[in-house]
Amino acid sequence: MAKFTKKPKDLIADIDYSKTPSTDWMDTPVEFKEHTFCWGAKGKNLEIVGFPNARDWSPAEEDWKLPHDWENTVMDAIKDRLSKYRSFKLFMDICVRCGACADKCHFYIGSGDPKNMPVLRAELFRSIYRRYFTAPGRIFGRLAGARELTLQVLKEWWYYFYQCTECRRCSVFCPYGIDTAEITMMVREFTNLLGLNTDWISGPVANCYIKGNHLGLEPHTIKSSIEFFLDDIETITGIRIEPSFNRKGAEILFVTPSGDLFADPGTYTCMGYLMLFHELGLDYTWSTYASEGGNFGFFTSNEMAKRLNYKIYAEAKRLGVKFIIGGECGHMWRVIHQYMDTWNGPADFLEVPKSPITGTVFENAKTTKMIHITEFTADLIRNNKLKLDPSRNDNLIVTYHDSCNTSRGMGLLEEPRYIIKNVCNHFYEMPEDTIREKTFCCGSGTGLNAGENMELRMRGGLPRAMAVKYVKEKYGVNMLANVCAIDRATLSTLMDYYNPGVRVTGVHELVANALVMKGEKPRETNLRQEPLPGKEGA
Amino acid sequence: MMKMLVPLAAVIVLIIVSLAGVEAAGLEAVFGIVIPYLAFIIFVAGMIWRVIDWGKSPVPFRIPTTCGQQQSLPWIKQDKLENPSTCTQTFARMILEVFFFRSLFRNLKTELHDGKVVYGSDKWLWLFAIVFHYSFLVVFIRHIRFFVGDVPDVIHILEALDSFFQVGVPLVYITGLTLTAGVLFLFLRRIVIPQVRYISLPADYFPLFLIFAIAITGILMRYFTKVDVVAVKNLTMGLVTLNPQIPQGIGSIFYVHLFLVCTLFIYFPFSKLVHMGGVFLSPTRNLANNSRMERHVNPWNYPVKVHSYEEYEHEFKDKMKKAGIPVEKE
Repeated sequence: MAKFTKKPKDLIADIDYSKTPSTDWMDTPVEFKEHTFCWGAKGKNLEIVGFPNARDWSPAEEDWKLPHDWENTVMDAIKDRLSKYRSFKLFMDICVRCGACADKCHFYIGSGDPKNMPVLRAELFRSIYRRYFTAPGRIFGRLAGARELTLQVLKEWWYYFYQCTECRRCSVFCPYGIDTAEITMMVREFTNLLGLNTDWISGPVANCYIKGNHLGLEPHTIKSSIEFFLDDIETITGIRIEPSFNRKGAEILFVTPSGDLFADPGTYTCMGYLMLFHELGLDYTWSTYASEGGNFGFFTSNEMAKRLNYKIYAEAKRLGVKFIIGGECGHMWRVIHQYMDTWNGPADFLEVPKSPITGTVFENAKTTKMIHITEFTADLIRNNKLKLDPSRNDNLIVTYHDSCNTSRGMGLLEEPRYIIKNVCNHFYEMPEDTIREKTFCCGSGTGLNAGENMELRMRGGLPRAMAVKYVKEKYGVNMLANVCAIDRATLSTLMDYYNPGVRVTGVHELVANALVMKGEKPRETNLRQEPLPGKEGA
Repeated sequence: MMKMLVPLAAVIVLIIVSLAGVEAAGLEAVFGIVIPYLAFIIFVAGMIWRVIDWGKSPVPFRIPTTCGQQQSLPWIKQDKLENPSTCTQTFARMILEVFFFRSLFRNLKTELHDGKVVYGSDKWLWLFAIVFHYSFLVVFIRHIRFFVGDVPDVIHILEALDSFFQVGVPLVYITGLTLTAGVLFLFLRRIVIPQVRYISLPADYFPLFLIFAIAITGILMRYFTKVDVVAVKNLTMGLVTLNPQIPQGIGSIFYVHLFLVCTLFIYFPFSKLVHMGGVFLSPTRNLANNSRMERHVNPWNYPVKVHSYEEYEHEFKDKMKKAGIPVEKE
């Protein structure tokens, strides 16, 4: 495949919202465009977790190597999920196609492809629901908006439901709260029953199942990765930190996305956690078994998500900790906040989280017993438990990107902002229609952060990039902060594409830069080992 | 085009059928008694079936779409209406959704200008949706006068308010006009906005044409081709008291109006119009965002195959020991 070389200018020039195809959407066949879809799952990865129809396959090829009775498999699954999820059933029936959602989707905004309008994305499936599960659809067929399930339809589903990042922005604007994420999750379940996942999702799922994390880091590698950060921290601060792994009897288990252990700039966020916890003298442990906060299983099936999520409570129980702190991640927190306790609880072996530093009891997590690290840190700052020197971040002009899941599936809006404002002197918000509950996806969530679908990612990320461009031009913003491991990786690519010069950071990297630690040597550099403001000549 | 013409033709056929049925075939009893009873039964039974059918599927997870600050630390101000964490707050959120179309009020318009994405406020859909639904509600309530012996005061008050401008004889009801305007707007945006035209189905045009025809026949009856209102009330009261009768001399247009209304009632439970009931059940709106505070139980939660710590340790024991990571079994 040729490298993706399209320039931002040309990419934007393709978009025309007023143009719709000359043929009705049901008569417009799906076209698999280069750079807009991911490679197919590998058989070996599906086999590891026991997914059906494990074999190597390619979406670009004509033959998808489907089981011969795949239609029945799909029909049975639809029937089953309709009986299990009121959301799914209701959202099939009540859409009035008012179109309020149409221009709210980042993929539509970035592509102009009408099948990326949430309403039409849902209709791709709803048309099948009508045909086989409603009387008008059975009787009137196409007149009632129904159509037959064919291989073409299946391919269209695959193409467009792996072009939805389950960001839920459409559901904010829908007068009935119809959530395309619910529909995407279901259709992805159906495709998984036929072995039709992507390599970029099924690889991490298999890794996480066996090795405990998406990246497939084995226990000794996790430890050595962190030790590598400790060396850097020692160079920067003169302090040698000694964290513990799989330690029984620790008060707190800390779980973060494995992406933070692996690639810049997530690694700096991880260094931030290590420095903060050390400075507090926190009695906590890392786990190599529950070494993943994120959950790519969530992008395959509900059951797989639960199977991966199981490890967090199981490990907390085995180690005998009192509660859990979770790191900066987006979809991880949708899962922790809205699913974990229901799947794998009750966590009656844990205690209601209570900050050992401030004594604050986190009543908002009294049953799940897991708190977000920005809740923890905001409380520390509020109670003056941290000595901070925000001027160390003075070279940074910061804006903050809300993750889809923490904003629309949780409501974690002020905690990270409060922290940033306390550790940075220059903070500017992006336009209000692009932040908080109206935030835009990075364009690469739900396992779409692969390399082969780069055009899709850059299209999906367009609205976010444009909002950053706005504050870059207006205030000189040069740092995009966020609380999501996937953002840290994907927004970096997005910024390089649209806004070169804007870099990406986790909130706890900013915290650790500003954190004045006991016994530290005078700091010359930030965590990236670049000179601090005023120390450039040193 | 066909998507629009078929439902238009359907409504025209409905009008012709009722007109011919009454004028040519003399089937007043069918259109005045049998079909109204049938429509009523189908509507009530159909809506009950709908809600029960939805209700049969559980809500396995607590999945509100949060549109504001969560309840977390006591000094961070929670947005109780947009991100409710208690029943009362959720109830308030639902009131805003159901009565004020809160989410639709958020509507924005996204456009590209000189290669830049810009967002503008776009409240027209919200405004006309409100106008349409509330006009319909008032018109509906006004019609209760045909189904009760003594017209209650509230209806008199409502009628007085509705004819506030005191124009014409008989007085013009504002909601009759605003209902028609609302339908027209909803229809026009469907054909004018390219995206909305592209997603529209016959099932989107049919109810608009039907309601338009209902409104127009109603307006015709009241202001132009007058019908014998006393006779109409005798008919409707006959239906209510289960003593149906067909008074003489009601104009045919009344039967057309009634038949279209009956069609709407019959069509309702099997169409997108069920959003009227569904909006109350939407799990992204009617649940409190308290899933870390109160455990939500999934009735079909089942045990799954997991990769246990014991298996993990068994597989990586040597590497763990070598790296100095504690293990359970030495």
